[in-house]
Amino acid sequence: MAETSQLSPDLSESLSDEKARVGAPSSAEKIAIDGFTEEGENLSPLNTGTEQHGARRHSHGDEPVVPEASRGERLKSYRLADFAPLTGREEDWRFTPLKRLRGLDSAPLTGEGPSVTVTGASNIQVETVSRDDARFGSAAVPEDRVSAAAWEAVTTATVVTIPEETVADCEVTVSVRGSDNAPAAQHLIIDARRFSRAVVVLDHHGSTVLAQNVEIVVGDGAELTVVSVQEWDDDAVHVSSQQAKVGRDARFKHVVVSLGGDLVRLTPSSFFTAPGSEVEMYGLYFADAGQHLEQRLLVDHAVPNCKSRVTYKGALQGKDAHTVWVGDVLIRKEAEGTDTYEVNRNLVLTDGARSDSVPNLEIETGLIEGAGHASATGRFDDEHLFYLMARGIDEKTARRLVVRGFLNEVIQQIKVPVLEERLTEAVERELAAGNY
Amino acid sequence: MSTLEIKDLHVSIETEQGTKPILKGVSLTINTGETHAIMGPNGSGKSTLASTIAGHPRYTVDSGSITLDGENVLEMSVDERARAGLFLAMQYPVEVPGVTMTNFLRTAKTALDGEAPSLRHWTKDVKEAMTQLRIDADFAQRNVNEGFSGGEKKRVEILQLELFKPKFAILDETDSGLDVDALKVVSEGVNREHSKGKMGTLLITHYTRILRYIKPDFVHVFVDGRIAEEGGPELADRLEEEGYDRFLVPGTATAGA
Repeated sequence: MAETSQLSPDLSESLSDEKARVGAPSSAEKIAIDGFTEEGENLSPLNTGTEQHGARRHSHGDEPVVPEASRGERLKSYRLADFAPLTGREEDWRFTPLKRLRGLDSAPLTGEGPSVTVTGASNIQVETVSRDDARFGSAAVPEDRVSAAAWEAVTTATVVTIPEETVADCEVTVSVRGSDNAPAAQHLIIDARRFSRAVVVLDHHGSTVLAQNVEIVVGDGAELTVVSVQEWDDDAVHVSSQQAKVGRDARFKHVVVSLGGDLVRLTPSSFFTAPGSEVEMYGLYFADAGQHLEQRLLVDHAVPNCKSRVTYKGALQGKDAHTVWVGDVLIRKEAEGTDTYEVNRNLVLTDGARSDSVPNLEIETGLIEGAGHASATGRFDDEHLFYLMARGIDEKTARRLVVRGFLNEVIQQIKVPVLEERLTEAVERELAAGNY
Repeated sequence: MSTLEIKDLHVSIETEQGTKPILKGVSLTINTGETHAIMGPNGSGKSTLASTIAGHPRYTVDSGSITLDGENVLEMSVDERARAGLFLAMQYPVEVPGVTMTNFLRTAKTALDGEAPSLRHWTKDVKEAMTQLRIDADFAQRNVNEGFSGGEKKRVEILQLELFKPKFAILDETDSGLDVDALKVVSEGVNREHSKGKMGTLLITHYTRILRYIKPDFVHVFVDGRIAEEGGPELADRLEEEGYDRFLVPGTATAGA
């Protein structure tokens, strides 16, 4: 039996070349899969130029990906020039098919961009401000090239302010409607002042090629929910950095719902700046054939006694449907008493779909309440179907039962009935489109 | 009174080595109120019979028939068979992600009856059945079979049997992997439902142990895809003492049998 776990000589050789990292286990007993290390895949096949699938990375002389020592050390800058052109080998772009960004990482972002219309609550303020406004940069600093490119390109921002101690009298809808495919930049600022309460829905639809920065300020004692819904047309490309700065004793809930678009890449971040706060981050995504839906989030516990919960759930159906979830939680040395848990679940409904899930937890202090993460990607397969049908449930109902139940957990968190209803219907449409 | 009739059933599966015949002419008639035990060594085709009756797509019926009160079962889809009154308690119940037990049970009951059960009675029925089978109340909120132990999964199968009230229950090695206490609880559940006189039971088992708790009217011994011997409960006693050795033709005894 011992012989069967040995690798053939040429495999061992290629493996030892790829795994020169300190601390990497000796390769002799590992099973090698092309392009994979024990931390996952190195490259999106779309980023490897003319290289054929299965070719070995070292064969064309590229340097291996060297991740930053800590997530907290990632480069932050307002200047595009500080970020090198993307190659696809960057840690934070390795899953993204760069060719499908349609120039967001390289072309000037001079398109007009989607229109922004704010409706809903009557007791809030909506302004369009020029970029010398002091609120630019009040919550965010770009952490990647596309975000920095958008930062440099925009001339104005839409600012939604929930005034101090104001409870918005209904939810606020920021309708972002795209109508052309010229690469464009957009900037939104949501400023929830001290002790305010509001639900803000960013409703993305139409067609676009958009690099977007959303800055979110959650003031002391404020309660803010931001729901970002991506129901774009099939050809849309949307890269959005959504950074929140969370004040003292504040409650912030962030919900991502990604359903439509060719490539949607969201990077939501929550930065705790004072103790006593709670952040909940939810995500729901449903990828159909050919769609790339990516979410990379960060919760930065930089102060003591804050709590965070992250729940992302995704379903995939169809050939080359691809979802990516990367959840970074950083508990810094100062963040004693932190309580955090993140979970990602994926349901693969058909063959040919692919889901990547990478939970990362970085802990610099042991004096915490709790820290955990979980990830599971499962298939809905013929045995599930047989089981449900053997109890009298017809095939269509059986399939929908599973997917609905799975995604409902996130939809229920939105707590805006009209929106919950709409998204439930949208999920039904996705199911119908996939002949479910 | 209903009749489940299996006549000269031949079933095969596709393997990498080609088509492999499993059942080689099985005939069996079960009436309401009867309990039939099917016993036999591993690989004799017992579970294939169970899965074929339920309509698992892996099995191909080459010839023969299965009828339920004269209706052709083989022409029915899996869900139609269930709605016609056939229930398979699975040997390895699968975990179904995303669906809570509560939701699953109600959806299935609605599908089987053609109308939603009255919420008040249904909740009470589920609760009672769960208590009798010693299933924790919190199972209702968990996903179907997810994280259940082997014994818990089997108890949940019998829970469904009691709630769905089929015309014929096929128990595919429900006793496998159960400790004595769980075996008693599960057997009591089957007996409770059977004693109402509206169900026929086909009990498939490798061991005689469960027959101490569920008394069969007929015992059929399966060997190599055929019924090798049939008799009353006394046949089970004899198997308990002698095992299956006398049925095994020299040279066909395979590893694991």
